[in-house]
Amino acid sequence: MSAIELKDVVKRYPDGFLAVRGVSLDIADGEFVILVGPSGCGKSTLLRMIVGLEDITDGELTIGGTRMNERAPRDRHLAMVFQNYALYPHLTVFENIAFPLRLTKGQFTEAQIREKVTTAATTLELQDHLERKPANLSGGQRQRVAMGRAIVRDAQAFLFDEPLSNLDAKLRGQMRTEIARMQRRMGTTTVYVTHDQTEAMTLGDRVAVLRKGELQQVASPRALYEHPVNLFVAGFIGSPPMNFVPGEVTADALRLPFADVPLTDALRQRLGSRQIVIIGIRPEQFEDHAVAQRHGQTGGVPFSATVDVTEWLGSDLLGYVPFETRPEVRGKLEELDRDLDGEGVRTQLVVALDPNSRVRDGDEARLWFDPEKILVFDPESGENLSYDEGAAQEIDEQNERDRKASLARAHAREAKSTAAA
Amino acid sequence: MGAMSTRLKIGWAVITVVVLVYALFPVSSILATSFKLPSELNSGTFLPQHWTWTNYNQILGPNGTARDLFVPALRNSIGISLIATAIAAVLATLAAYAIARLDFPGKRLILTTALGVSIFPVISIVTPLFNLWRNIGLYDTWLGLIIPYLSLTLPISIWTLAAFFRQIPWELEQAAQVDGATTWQAFRKAIVPLAAPGVFTTALIAFFIAWNDFVYGISLTSTSRARPVPAALAFFTGASQFEEPTGAISAAAVIVTIPVVILVLLFQRQIVSGLTQGAVKG
Repeated sequence: MSAIELKDVVKRYPDGFLAVRGVSLDIADGEFVILVGPSGCGKSTLLRMIVGLEDITDGELTIGGTRMNERAPRDRHLAMVFQNYALYPHLTVFENIAFPLRLTKGQFTEAQIREKVTTAATTLELQDHLERKPANLSGGQRQRVAMGRAIVRDAQAFLFDEPLSNLDAKLRGQMRTEIARMQRRMGTTTVYVTHDQTEAMTLGDRVAVLRKGELQQVASPRALYEHPVNLFVAGFIGSPPMNFVPGEVTADALRLPFADVPLTDALRQRLGSRQIVIIGIRPEQFEDHAVAQRHGQTGGVPFSATVDVTEWLGSDLLGYVPFETRPEVRGKLEELDRDLDGEGVRTQLVVALDPNSRVRDGDEARLWFDPEKILVFDPESGENLSYDEGAAQEIDEQNERDRKASLARAHAREAKSTAAA
Repeated sequence: MGAMSTRLKIGWAVITVVVLVYALFPVSSILATSFKLPSELNSGTFLPQHWTWTNYNQILGPNGTARDLFVPALRNSIGISLIATAIAAVLATLAAYAIARLDFPGKRLILTTALGVSIFPVISIVTPLFNLWRNIGLYDTWLGLIIPYLSLTLPISIWTLAAFFRQIPWELEQAAQVDGATTWQAFRKAIVPLAAPGVFTTALIAFFIAWNDFVYGISLTSTSRARPVPAALAFFTGASQFEEPTGAISAAAVIVTIPVVILVLLFQRQIVSGLTQGAVKG
């Protein structure tokens, strides 16, 4: 178990392509950090530089306080789970898990190896499959064997490279919980790469969002969600994604395509002399006006809109409202869409309404939204003008306290169960 | 794939029979001839009228006239082919691994040169080689044949194996390295076991190339010290000058075919495809 520190790490490929542009990141001992971003953002490259499969062009990597730049992968004592599992097909499950132990040459006796492998296999519920070959296992079982190979030795840290992307949705959810549980129990420093923002939000103590090889923001999932630093982070985190609409600044209001938002003093100060801004509203900030009134939610902005398509999900009713964007912000929003691997089909508002709402396809509906939580972005730089650093920090500190508490609880529980056994 | 229609089945059966007859008729003809008496050679029948071991006696028996020609040649053939195959397999495995995995200057050059060497007609090299070998003392030795055989077997081995190595997921090696293996350990413990079927197949092809060679065998040898079987067959003579050595040659041909058949049957089990299944998501 060790802290991992990255200082201005740069990766330039021989063909000149700059995959990682000066990333600095401190990962505390026992912390679960997620590297997330759309494809090609350099997250996997960064992970492979930590584990030693890619050379570090510039900058410094330390693990447990020791500089690791020049060390071979085997001398870094890290365990990695690959996207395609990389199990040794000619070895049984037992031998696959025992592989790292056998390489230590004489450090463990046969009995010790057997014991360690059995313990790891029991943790992952693989004890019935130890004599089988990987080819005969299901996807989830292979995934667990790969994890077994990682946990069997006392690695300084675990590295995961999109470990769940080859599993089907149901299994992915189960394994996600399993990984979280395992990490809490073992308290091992973990770096986890994914392009899936749900995985990032649910697993991570902290999430590092990358875009084109540059670190955008490192924060707790909640801070990322509520206080993104820029348009990119705001658009990437959250599902369905945040809505971005143009906002025109008038004398006393902010004019959105579908409604006017009264300008508060605080907001006006941040806007400066800008005439056009990009407004970000999360789908769940919208509500069916009728439902909102029933729930006694007041102070919001009601408006009328044509709901094009609705999707009833049981817990939510998603409505899609097409709107015309403004030429001043179209370029920026299209660029954002490309960055997020989007298809840029049409500009539409996604609203998440109460499942009891009576709004249906094609309705001219009366909707409502809470202007308190809207985010304001600069149309040029994409910077979040309403970013509240203090609030974000507070969330992060709270999150850190929670993490330590849950780690302590997990250890106490572990100690108790060991004592009982 | 549904059940094949009757017409399709008959069609396939006919084609199979035609191919089988085409491929096996010469072999069975030689087999039949090898059991004929010298006097029956021109009888015009396919099967011998009297089955006899005379021809085999002649090449293998203690008093056989062709024994001194055939037995040393068989020994030479087996020894030279096996050594050439072993060297080719080891060198080609290492070379192909480097070509498939490592990035080094001149990689393309090596591959093209290998291809160039293998397409060069043997007959055009053999005369200069004959002179060179005589001058440096390799003429009529095992080594004198093993070296040219390597030039035949190595290129094709490198090409086949490089293609094979490319199919093995690179993550396996990287996983081994992260697990604590050195580069050599990762190669030996993660890659070699997976490459084994490919190496077997390649070695088999290399062995056949060496085993079947005639031009080098007849040009670079002069005595039974190093002369392989295909060349030795040309020196067979009949019992008298009025008799053809066809029977003895047929018997020798049958004998040299046996190891090939055995090898194929033996390695057939080793050449299992799909061993890499399970390494990655299947």
